[in-house]
Amino acid sequence: MIKIKNLHASIDGTEILTGINLEVKAGEVHAIMGPNGSGKSTLANVLAGRDEYEVTEGSVDFLGEDLLDMDPEDRSRAGLFLAFQYPVEIPGVSNINFLKTAINEAREKRGEEPMSAKDFLKRVKEKSKLVELDGRLANRSVNEGFSGGEKKRNEIFQMAMLDPKLSVLDETDSGLDIDALRTVANGVNQLKTKDNASIIITHYQRLLDYIVPDFVHVLYNGKIVKTGPKELALELEERGYDWIIKDLEKVSA
Amino acid sequence: MEVMNETATLTNKDKFLSHFDLVDFSMDEDFSSDVRKEAMELIQWLDFPTSKAEYWKYTRVNKIIKGDYKISTPENEIEIDLSVPTKNCIVLINGYFSEELSFFDKTEGIEFSSLSHAKKSSSILKEKFNSLVKKDEIFADINTAYHQDGAFMHIAKNVQSDEPYYILNLVDDSNIMSNPRNFIFVEQGANAKAVLKTINTGNTGSFTNMVSEIFVDKNAHFEINKIQDEAEDSFQIATEQVVQADDSTFKINTFTLNGSIVRNNLNIDSLGKNTMTYLNGLYPLKGKQHVDNHTYLLHREPNGESHELYKGIIGDSSTGVFNGKVFVHREAQKTNAFQSNANIVMTDTATINSKPELEIYADDVKCSHGSTTGQLDEEALFYLRARGLSKDSARAVLVNAFASDVIDQIGVEAVKVEIEKYIDDNYQGIK
Ligand SMILES: Nc1ncnc2c1ncn2[C@@H]1O[C@H](COP(=O)(O)OP(=O)(O)O)[C@@H](O)[C@H]1O
Ligand SMILES: [Mg+2]
Repeated sequence: MIKIKNLHASIDGTEILTGINLEVKAGEVHAIMGPNGSGKSTLANVLAGRDEYEVTEGSVDFLGEDLLDMDPEDRSRAGLFLAFQYPVEIPGVSNINFLKTAINEAREKRGEEPMSAKDFLKRVKEKSKLVELDGRLANRSVNEGFSGGEKKRNEIFQMAMLDPKLSVLDETDSGLDIDALRTVANGVNQLKTKDNASIIITHYQRLLDYIVPDFVHVLYNGKIVKTGPKELALELEERGYDWIIKDLEKVSA
Repeated sequence: MEVMNETATLTNKDKFLSHFDLVDFSMDEDFSSDVRKEAMELIQWLDFPTSKAEYWKYTRVNKIIKGDYKISTPENEIEIDLSVPTKNCIVLINGYFSEELSFFDKTEGIEFSSLSHAKKSSSILKEKFNSLVKKDEIFADINTAYHQDGAFMHIAKNVQSDEPYYILNLVDDSNIMSNPRNFIFVEQGANAKAVLKTINTGNTGSFTNMVSEIFVDKNAHFEINKIQDEAEDSFQIATEQVVQADDSTFKINTFTLNGSIVRNNLNIDSLGKNTMTYLNGLYPLKGKQHVDNHTYLLHREPNGESHELYKGIIGDSSTGVFNGKVFVHREAQKTNAFQSNANIVMTDTATINSKPELEIYADDVKCSHGSTTGQLDEEALFYLRARGLSKDSARAVLVNAFASDVIDQIGVEAVKVEIEKYIDDNYQGIK
């Protein structure tokens, strides 16, 4: 589905991603863990097409296309979804109206008819139930006045509405209590098929109790320094990241 | 007429006034022709403002007064499909009343006619005409002295109307100067709505100098929606003089969509007890437009409340000016006056001048003002695009959202639809 090769990216001349290699296949769940500031959100944003970051080297192939060459909206229409670590509040923009525009613009691009109002509302109902997002929130301005947990649910609600092929969830679990975490994870699991895939960026392994990853990667200083099975997450939880960093230093010494 | 001389300043005014030599005042009554004469007297002593005058600091009138204008004659033949969503509409063409295009649905307690008709029959007009207009404002005096016609609206005591009364001001030729004059009186306990709209028929170089006097009596409610869609290189100066009695509500929504230089003078200069006043404005500007909104609110009595919300979307090389003056008199305790001016600057060459002026002489009052100027929120733009909205749609969505709280203030559905459509149409596909 996605092949990231030797990806380097910088912001204001400072290199943050220092050569990332990652391949995710359809049906897989990959977890990316790593200490604060290691570049996890940067990777997510570069994939989504934020233009503050400059890609200086490397390539990303998404479903046979050059992802880095596409505008953010085209990446979304091709099936990439980013659940933001910090979803923005957009006063005056109705959550469901903008989703409707987004869905219909994507359909138009594919030469399809716009979704009927009835089908759209049905979908809103169904998907907001999936993440237990209060129906009133779906109708309000995007994230305006939402609690931290509501914002995260709204991200997953939007993901469900857009039905992406590859979802990148950037710390969707942080700030959630255990019930909310379970609901969000449950939503993600229900949306999982053999044709889509996800990259779950997280700090804590507790989310991975609910969403079971096929691979766990450790990102450090803008590079994936270790990859392992799901048990790696548990080990990281117990021992922290220091041992990996020490191992690295040994290798380079 | 004097002989042309070399003194530039004198020549400008005389030249400007010479346009009126041929105006026909035969429709006047004695009282209104006295009012004209008095204004002509005043004009002799006044001059056009320069940027040295604080009140005109950010708006130069040179271009306006140097125009080569003509005054039209009353004319009723015009091919235009107005399709106005109302049963009551007064149409003015080049300042004159058009019998043919105007239409009315006679309603008990509501007089809606041309001003010239009312001059013959209305006692309230005779009593109150020109009683509100500031005498030291040359453009207002010019209107008083040389106005052609306008709309007259009189809502009788306790009459409730939800129907919007439209006053359409049409200029159908280039280089036309017109001075429409409106008079609106809403009696005690009555409730009414109006739309005052300038229509652009693609003419060039015209100047509309409009004055409206509005009286909102005790416990009356009145809303007026002003849509300014002047031709691209035409000018407009619009003055609304409003007086509000105790317990009344007045709302004006100003939408400036087009016009090269547009100046709005909004003077609510006498407020009774417990009054409620809303002044809202939206000015989406492009090209080299220059739009100046001057508001003046005088709270004279206790327990008044005023809300001002002006929003600008300043594109290309346009300029937006907002000057909001609030004066709270010593007697006006427990006044709440809120003012907000927010602007989105779309380019590096767009300019904004925003100036609140609060003068408060009472001690128990709540007054606030806020002024913000910024660009479209990049984070929000990216968020929307990451969900699949094109760059243009995302911008349009954000501009719409920015404008939405002003649009929400509109109490006439058709106007709401019109302004929303304007924003949609104009902010798709911009860079
Ligand atoms: N917009 C930015 N401007 C400057 N530095 C940034 C910006 N975004 C991220 N960084 C820097 O890049 C590094 C990686 O940040 P980030 O990708 O947010 O890490 P993570 O998500 O792993 O905590 C940090 O050192 C951070 O300070
Ligand atoms: Mg992060």
